[in-house]
Parts: sequence; structure tokens; C-alpha cells
Amino acid sequence: MHLTGKIQIPILQCSMLISHRNLHVSKVISGQFNKILIANRGEIACRVARTAKRLGVKTVAVYSDVDKDSLHVEQADEAYFIGPAPSNQSYLRQDKIISVAKKSKCQAIHPGYGFLSENAEFAELCQKENITFIGPSADAIKNMGIKSTSKDMMIKAGVPVIAGYHGDAQSNESLLLEARKMGFPLMIKAVCGGGGKGMRIVLKESEFIEALESAKTESEKAFGDSAILLERYINNPRHIEVQIFADKHGNVVHMFERDCSIQRRHQKIIEEAPAPGISENLRSDLGATAVRAAKAVGYIGAGTVEFIMDCDRNSFYFMEMNTRLQVEHPITEAITGLDLVEWQLYVAAGEELPLKQAQINFQGHAFEARIYAEDPRRNFLPGAGKLSYMRIPEANNETIRVETGVREKDEVSIHYDPMIAKLIVWGKDREEALAILKSKLNDYNIAGLNTNIEFIKDLCSHSNFRQGQVHTGFIEEHFQELFRKLHVPNEVVAQAALALILYEDTHSLRSSFTTSDPFSPFATETGLRLNHTLTRTFSFNVCNDDIKVEVKYVEPEVYSMRINQIGPWRRVTGTLRKKENSLELCTEVGETITKTRIIKIYNKLHLFTKDREWQFNIPPIKFLHDLTKCQIKLDPCKALSPIPGFVEKLCVTKGDAVKIGDALLVINAMKMEHIVRASIDGIVEDVLCSTGDNVPKDKILIKLTQSVS
Amino acid sequence: MMLRKRNLFVRNLRYITRMIHDEAITIGSEQDTKSPEYQENYVQMKCLVDKLKKTVEKIVEGGEYKARERHVKKGKLLPRERINTLLDATSPFLEFSQLAGFELYNNEEVPAGGIITGIGRVEGTECVIIANDPTVKGGTYYPITVKKQLRAQEIAEENHLPCIYLVDSGGANLSRQDEVFADKMHFGRSFYNQAIMSSNGIAQIAVVMGSCTAGGAYVPAMADENIIVGNQGTIFLAGPPLVKASTGEDVTAEDLGGAALHCRTSGVTDHYAVDDTHALYLARQVVKDLNRQRPMHVNVDKQVDIPLYPVDDIYGIVGTNLKRPYDVREVIARIVDGSRFREFKAQYGETLVTGFAKIYGYPVGIVANNGVLFSQSALKGTHFVQLCAQRKIPLIFLQNITGFMVGKDAEAGGIAKNGAKLVTAVACARVPKITVMIGGSYGAGNFGMCGRAYSPRFLYTWPNAKISVMGGEQAADVFAQITKQKYIRDGKQWTMEEEENLKRPLIERFERQGSPYYASARLWDDGVINPVDTRVVLGLSLSAALNAPIPESKFGIFRM
Repeated sequence: MHLTGKIQIPILQCSMLISHRNLHVSKVISGQFNKILIANRGEIACRVARTAKRLGVKTVAVYSDVDKDSLHVEQADEAYFIGPAPSNQSYLRQDKIISVAKKSKCQAIHPGYGFLSENAEFAELCQKENITFIGPSADAIKNMGIKSTSKDMMIKAGVPVIAGYHGDAQSNESLLLEARKMGFPLMIKAVCGGGGKGMRIVLKESEFIEALESAKTESEKAFGDSAILLERYINNPRHIEVQIFADKHGNVVHMFERDCSIQRRHQKIIEEAPAPGISENLRSDLGATAVRAAKAVGYIGAGTVEFIMDCDRNSFYFMEMNTRLQVEHPITEAITGLDLVEWQLYVAAGEELPLKQAQINFQGHAFEARIYAEDPRRNFLPGAGKLSYMRIPEANNETIRVETGVREKDEVSIHYDPMIAKLIVWGKDREEALAILKSKLNDYNIAGLNTNIEFIKDLCSHSNFRQGQVHTGFIEEHFQELFRKLHVPNEVVAQAALALILYEDTHSLRSSFTTSDPFSPFATETGLRLNHTLTRTFSFNVCNDDIKVEVKYVEPEVYSMRINQIGPWRRVTGTLRKKENSLELCTEVGETITKTRIIKIYNKLHLFTKDREWQFNIPPIKFLHDLTKCQIKLDPCKALSPIPGFVEKLCVTKGDAVKIGDALLVINAMKMEHIVRASIDGIVEDVLCSTGDNVPKDKILIKLTQSVS
Repeated sequence: MMLRKRNLFVRNLRYITRMIHDEAITIGSEQDTKSPEYQENYVQMKCLVDKLKKTVEKIVEGGEYKARERHVKKGKLLPRERINTLLDATSPFLEFSQLAGFELYNNEEVPAGGIITGIGRVEGTECVIIANDPTVKGGTYYPITVKKQLRAQEIAEENHLPCIYLVDSGGANLSRQDEVFADKMHFGRSFYNQAIMSSNGIAQIAVVMGSCTAGGAYVPAMADENIIVGNQGTIFLAGPPLVKASTGEDVTAEDLGGAALHCRTSGVTDHYAVDDTHALYLARQVVKDLNRQRPMHVNVDKQVDIPLYPVDDIYGIVGTNLKRPYDVREVIARIVDGSRFREFKAQYGETLVTGFAKIYGYPVGIVANNGVLFSQSALKGTHFVQLCAQRKIPLIFLQNITGFMVGKDAEAGGIAKNGAKLVTAVACARVPKITVMIGGSYGAGNFGMCGRAYSPRFLYTWPNAKISVMGGEQAADVFAQITKQKYIRDGKQWTMEEEENLKRPLIERFERQGSPYYASARLWDDGVINPVDTRVVLGLSLSAALNAPIPESKFGIFRM
């Protein structure tokens, strides 16, 4: 009866749950677990700590060298150092984590996701050390970790598995037979395959033998093995997964499905729950199948059953089971109003699941967008560096949630996952949720490193995405539209120029205020010229386009601008105000007033306009490139004495071959040795001095002939 | 009105707020902008200002198009671009005598006198910039060029401002060598000034961006620290043609006096720059390392209020008709902070207005004409100038003066000795003095109101001003009367026609020579300014002037 408080959860009107519910804390939890160790970092460590804190459970964090000042350490009650930055020397060190758990007297370990979360060995070690592993049993992890084992178990349990032939009979005839059994289209894959080598898609039977033979040949060439396997080919598949939960008392429930089809390089970018375009029947079928799958392996705790869905046939197949809390679990929480970490703690404590299947409902629609430090336009190249500026959309517990493990000025380390944050939104239907997502992504502003925020915005503005036509090849299919060449609008260019001018003004005033002469018009009347107007040119590089803006200082604080020497002169005025941690630029062009957030980091100006971020690179001054010329050119073929002195030692003789930097001779002057080195690769043409000679400054000592290369 | 000075940005930062209090000492009144008189005045003054702007806009283009094109093609910056690059990006440039050389040499145009001078901030330090314009006659020195350079040096010396020379000049203009070389205030004086200023701790920085031949070679050579642009700047006492002529030696300009030679071998130059921008960057670095401090010798307000009234009202109040009287307090109200003016001796000698005010927070004493000077006005002015000298408050003269009162009563009242008292006080007061000619400037009035001869730190002229020994008509009347008497003595007939013929050319000549363009072309002032810029120009001038400590004043004998 200790759960009475929680039974009411599903009746919650607005489903974006968390923390506000006045739960009475289970005695079992507070009795068994009063302290847990979170063997993870970043947002998930913070997220687990939050629920634990709410339930009155103390948390212990672990950190590596680079994480000492990170958010997850700050949010835990205690924190312990576990080693250098590379995760195999810290977050993956089972021994260290166990010893911290013991030292800090933790009763359980929450592994988060990634790192040790699906490590059977670690789960076993925990058990051995009498520490509760908040997750499934080691056996379940092991079984699900091995693809063939898990598939066999699923087939036995009647869970649909993608049809295929993995047998030893490799003759064309028997393979054709198997293919017929399976039906077309199908895929021929090399058993040892990879990188698409030895892979063929066969649409109809008539093409089969020819494709098979070429696949075999290719495979033989590439891998030295011609063995192939057959698999059902699914055109534009969707990635659909079902959240399940099981306790130690035999109860298993599902919490509906999530669609995680939008992926790049097999990593999810946008997830949503429920999956769009799924009928009620299919949904309950998915749920029931997932529960069956969990039962088949005697699963305990939170898990996810992943299916691949064939949209054409409206059928789904078991792919794998993830024996951990997923990154995207918050969207399930959003639509069901449940706290999955809380459930994990209950289950780990040996309690029964708080709700029965019939009590679990969902409402509305939720999206999660994963914000990564990466450059989508450079093949999603992961990035790292300092989050010099970060503005986060205002979260409310109802419709907007931000899960992050970093703050402004934190580093995104090269050692770990480059995910910066997850933005989770809830709306009463998909359309509303999507609108909120877009608007909140606009409020998510990061400068200092590249992120995928603009890309996600483009993604969720795509008409096919709006219509829910998602599949795992979405980004490849719509590559052209998603990565179209961007052209910065003239208004935005004017804003950038104005921002720079106002930045300068602010700087001028600021530095003047501290002096004995704070209001000198030399500081306050910026850009003033007598009887004529100052004209300046600003250069920018935006989206690989060079842009020039001519600016006339027509009146105090009023400018006239022209872009790229064409088009009309526009009258521009505005103000720059500090707003929170950034500056708000208010630009007045003609009759329109636009507000833009501005941040300038070194030579990069970031403008966060109402619909996207623009990065204005300020090209470096030309002379910086030319500075090498500043060194007055000397004839590199002549080695001169740098100082008056005597030749102490000759290191080369006529005809020797020398390389740049090789010592030619040593001059001794004022008791100091000066080594004269070759400044080119070449041959010693002549030696014009001998050991012991007194030489004046700048005397030619050795002549070289440049090698012809 | 667009011309109203407002500083939105500053206001937003709340550093400068507009506060209206001390009503007792605010002056000025709202103008009836609809009145025909206001409108007429406005339009006429606006016309003069527009003409001024048009003229100056042409002048700032520099030399002829071809010369500029040739210059730019060499990868050089135009002189005004050089100045903009040298100055702090936000810094105003208080430019002097844009009209120098204007219509001075008959058919030869010498825009800005071939040299651009002014004050701007470099790394937060106010500096005098002297930049040759090589697009104007190869940057050669006309007499007016020399005069303008010397005047800029004088400003630097008086106000303790570092000098930065952007040198790119072909040297003296050989066809006018007799007017530029030998006299005290000719070319040689420039190097004398450099030596004296350097000895007084006023930094002399030269950037060699083109040729520095013969005498010109001394500009960098006399500098404290200098920079030269590689493959562009050259310094030599005699150029390749002269070397060839004298010694028969064949040598290129670069080998004779290029950057590589001077930076590496001769040591004439200190820093090697790869281009103009780099050179100017290096010059900024030099200024950064001057280790200058700026102690404030006056109390500066903690806040600055703008005038209460639209500044362009000045057009409507003043107009261009010098015969039409107006209350000069209305002008003061549009120049000083918050239109606050604590008047001194308001009921005495009312034709001269004196009082204390602030401009951009700097304290000033203002002396402004409000009619012809009587003995009383002169005495009051003397007293006030002494007050300011004693208190070390800078003086502003707003000059609009037909002269001292003449006539039997005036002479009997000792106008000559009373006027002399004012002249003595003005001459001896060693506080910064800044004069603005806002109307007429005739006769001894010019002296009493700190004309050019009284060495004000700065002197500016409004486009409606007239400067001459007396009014054209009065001069013509005097001349006509003398001639008439001669005619009568000779027993000749004096006709009205003859009188007209005699007077007209004289009036015309006075008119032409009294024009501010004529005056400014000859450097009788430091520039013709737009009346609405008066406040900011005075603010900039004060800011510059306060770089020098204010010395004690010692007055001569006042004839009692």
C-alpha cells in the first residue's frame, strides 16, 4: 500500500511530469537506498541525481580529470575522483567505481547510459560486491548483447524477427530456394561484409542469380570469403522502439513507442513519442510484442525493445533490446507523466511496479532534439571546445524540458560524447509540439563551437518531417534541401555592421568612464567628422561569401549602409543593450524594428535572428598574412657572421651537402657561442674563413648553392 | 529635426542623463519656429551650411581622380583612409582648416592646402595628426601647406599633444621656393618645432608612407620614433636624379633610401611595416607605449546634460543678416550643458554677456557680444576674464562685434583705455581660450574678443561671419568722404555717380575679403564650422586643450 500516492499519476492533465508531484517516498527506498552512486557524467548523471534528490536519496558522483568542475559534480552530494580524462581510465574503470561505492557507502549504482550501463561483467561485479546494480541482470545483458542469441530467443517467444537466411548452404540453387521462401525484395550481404562491399539489393527474382554471383565475387575479392547471407530488404525503414519496464515480481508493462528514425551516422537526432502514423491496433501490437520479448528473457528494470518497421507493409521486426535507460527516455516521460528513473529505483529496491498496464496512458505528443557539438555541413564532424556563450530556452516542467550537463563557459571535451543537451517539448498534438520545438530551438543559442541547432531547425521545418514521413534514410533522401546553400539577407548584414559599430561605441564609452575625463566628446561623439561624413567599409565572410558593407555616419547614431556596392543606401539606426548574458541588438531599418541577440567571440560575430543563427567571420587584417615579408630578405645562400667575433669551429667543408638548420660554423664572441646555420638546403660552394679568424659583423663566411629539387 | 544632437546610445547606458533642475540659471526660450523671421533666417543659414558642406565634401575627396587612382593602385591608402585607420575606430576627428588654400592660387587647386591636420584619439590619447596628401600636387609644400603644418604643430605644442606625421610628400614646391624656404615661419620652422616639442616631452612620431626627400627627410629623422613602409617609403637628402647629376651614381630610390636600408643599415628608421595598414598599426602601438597620463586640471561634471532646446534653432535665431539683432543668450542656451548659464554682472555693461557654464562637463567662462562694446562692457569683460584666469577656467569667446563705441561721449568716457584693459586681460590670460566668430568681427572688437592675433588655442568661424578692419559700407563712406574733400579742394565737381563708382568696388572687395572662405583659405582661423556643431567642436577643443596644465596668468598694466 505504500504506492497509494503514485497511483494517481496517470490522471495528470498535463503530462510533462516530474518533480512537482507530492509523492510520499516509499519506505523501502529510503530504507534500502539512502545513497546511490551514479557511474556516469553529463546530462544523464544530472538527470538521475535530480530524481534521487527528490526521493530523498543521496547521490555520489564520480569524475575524471577534466570533469572536476562540471555540473554533475556540482549537483551530487559527494563526488570522487576516478582518474584521467580517457574513459577507459576513469568512467569505464569498474574497480575504481566499485571502490568509490564502497568507500562512500552507496547501496546501489546507477550506470546511466553508455559507459558501464550494458556491461554484464560490471553487473556481476556489483552483485558480487553486494551493491545493487540499477539495471537488468547480467544474464539479460549478456543474452541481449549477442545478436544471434537474442534473435533466437525472440523467435522462440514468437516475436517477429526480420526474415533472413544465415545458413551454410551456399550454392546458388539452395540460396534461390531460401530467397523464394523469404520473398522479394531482399538483400544479399557478405557474411564478412562491411562498407557495402558484397551487398546487393534484389527487387525481383529474375535478378537474383546475377546479383548473387557478383556479390560473391566482390566478397571473395574484398574479404577472401564468398559466404553470403540473405535478409529481407526494407525500403525506407523506420526505427521504432518500445519502452518496457519489468519488476522482480513478474510484472512487465510497456510505455508505448518512440520513433527514432531521424538519424545521421546511426545516431539519433530527433525522437518523438508516440510514433506518427501508427494505428491503435499496431500500437497495442507493438506494446504487447515488446512485453512478450521482455518476458522471454526474464527481463528486470527499464529496457527498450527496438523494432525496424516496414512502412510499405505496416509490419515490424525485432532488432535488438537495449538493457538500459535510453537517451530519449524523457519523451516517454513527457507523454505518460511518469518518472522512469524513479521506477528504476523502485524496481532495483525490489518493489513492485507502481502501475499496472491498464493504468498507463499517454497524452499528447513529445519531441526530443539532441543538440550536439558538431558541424552538420562538414559531414557532422564532431566538435569540442568552450561553450563561450549559451542561452537556454526557459524550461517549465509542463511543456519544455532541457536536459544538459554543461553550463556556459564549460568545455565540451574531446574525450566524451559531444552531446551538449537534449531539448524535450510536449504539445497536445504533434503539430503543437513541433511548433514549440521550433520556437524553443530558436531560443537555444550557443556560440564558441559549432552545433547542429540550425540543422535541427531545418530538419523539423521540412515538409516531409512535418507530415510525419520519417524514415532512417531521411537525411540522405533530402540532403539537397537540408543542406542548401545559404545566403544571408541584406537586413542581417546591416545588423552585423551596426552591431560592430555599437560594440566599438560601447567599448569607447566603457574605457572612457574609468578615466578622469569620462565624457570627452572624443569618446562619446563617435565617428564625428566636420562638414562631411565618415565612410567606413566592413568586411565579412558569411557562409563562404565575402561581403562588404559601406557605412556612412550621417548623423549621431544614424548610419547609411550599402551592401556589396549595389542596391540602395539604407538608413540604419539602433541600440545595443545587455540582456541576460548576451547583448540585444535593436535595429531600425526604415519603418521596421528587429531584435537580434548578438555575441562576439574573437573574430566571429554571432547573430541570433528570429529564425536562424548567422555567423559573421571578420577577416583578419591583410598585413597579418604579409608579416613574414617583414623579415627583410637576406640572400639565403650567404651565411653571414651575426656578431663580430672569431671563428671557433667550422662544421662543414667545401662541397658538403647541408640541410636547413644544419650548423655551418660556430662564432665565439664575448665568451658566447653563436651557431651559424644553413637557411636553405644546398651544397657548400665556398668557405671564406678559417678557424680562429677574427670576423666583423655581417661578413660573408660561407656561400651555399641551392640544391635543385 | 534631424540635426538635434541626441545620443540615444549614451542615454541608454544611463551614463548621461538629461536632468532639468537649477531652473534659476537655465537660459533661453522656445522659439516660434513658424514665424516668418525664424523661417527666413533658418533657410538663409541652412543655405550657407549646405554650401559649406558641398565645398568641403569636394575638398575631402583630395586630389584629381587620376592622381588618386594612381595612388590606390600602388596599394596605398588615401590620406583620409590613413587617418581613419590610425585613429581609434570611434574617434572623432577635429579637422583644422579644411578650406586652406581655397581659391588661393588662382587656377591651381590645392584641396585642404595639400595637407590634412587635426586632432583625434589614438589608443585613447588625443594626438595631432599631420598627413600629407600625395594626390594633391604630389604632396608638395605650397606656402599654405607650410603654414597649415606649422599651425598644427603650434596646436600640438600649446596643448601638449603628441604629433603623428604621415609623411608622403615630394618636398617643397620648387616653383614657389621663395615663399616656403627661407623665412622664420617657413619650412625649416617645422623641424625646429619638432626639436623643441621633443625637448618638452611632446612625442614626435613619423610614419614614412611615401617619399621624404631633402628637407622632408628631417621629418622622420627628427622624430622620437618612426616607422617606414617597405618598398614604398623612401628617405634621402637627394633623390636619384640629383645623385646622378651630382656624382654620376646610378641608384634606385629603394636602394638609396628604402625601408630595408634605413631599418637595417642606416638606422634612420625604427620599424619596418609591410603596408600602410601595418605601419598605422605600429604607430598606434607606439602611442600606446608613450606612457602618457592625463591629469584633469579642472573639475569635470559627473554627468552631462544636453541643451534644453533644439540646436538647429541657431539657424532660425541668428540668420545671415548681421544687422538684425538677437539675444546671444539664445545661442549660448544651445551650446552649453543643460542650457545652464550662471551669468556674471547681468545688469551691467549689457552689450557683453559673461558667465559660467559647462560644455561636455568641462567648466567654461563665456564672453559673448550682445551689441557694440561700451566702456562698461569692456570693464565687465576685463573683470570676468581675470576671474577665469584666477580660477583656471577655460574661456570661450563668441565674437559678433562691430567694434568699440565711437563718438564724443565714448572717447570722453575713456573707451580707448577701457578697451585696452579688455585687450590686456585677454592677451595675458593664460587659460585655454577658444574663439568662435559667430557674426561680424570688425576693428578693435576683433582684438578685445580674442581674435587670431591673441593666440586663442582654437579659433572657428561660422559661415555667416564677416571679418574686416571695418564694415565695407563704412569703409566706402570714409573713402568717399576723403575723396570728396579732395575734389572740393581741387575745385572739381563731385557727382553721385562718381561716388557710386568709387564705393561699389570697395564694398565688393570688402565683401569678398571679409568672407569666411577668404579668411579660412589664408588660415586666419582653424576652420569654418556648421553652427550646430559648435557645441561638439568646443567640447573637442576643450578636451584637447586640457591636455596641457593651465599656468598662472600674470597681467600687464591696466591703465586706470
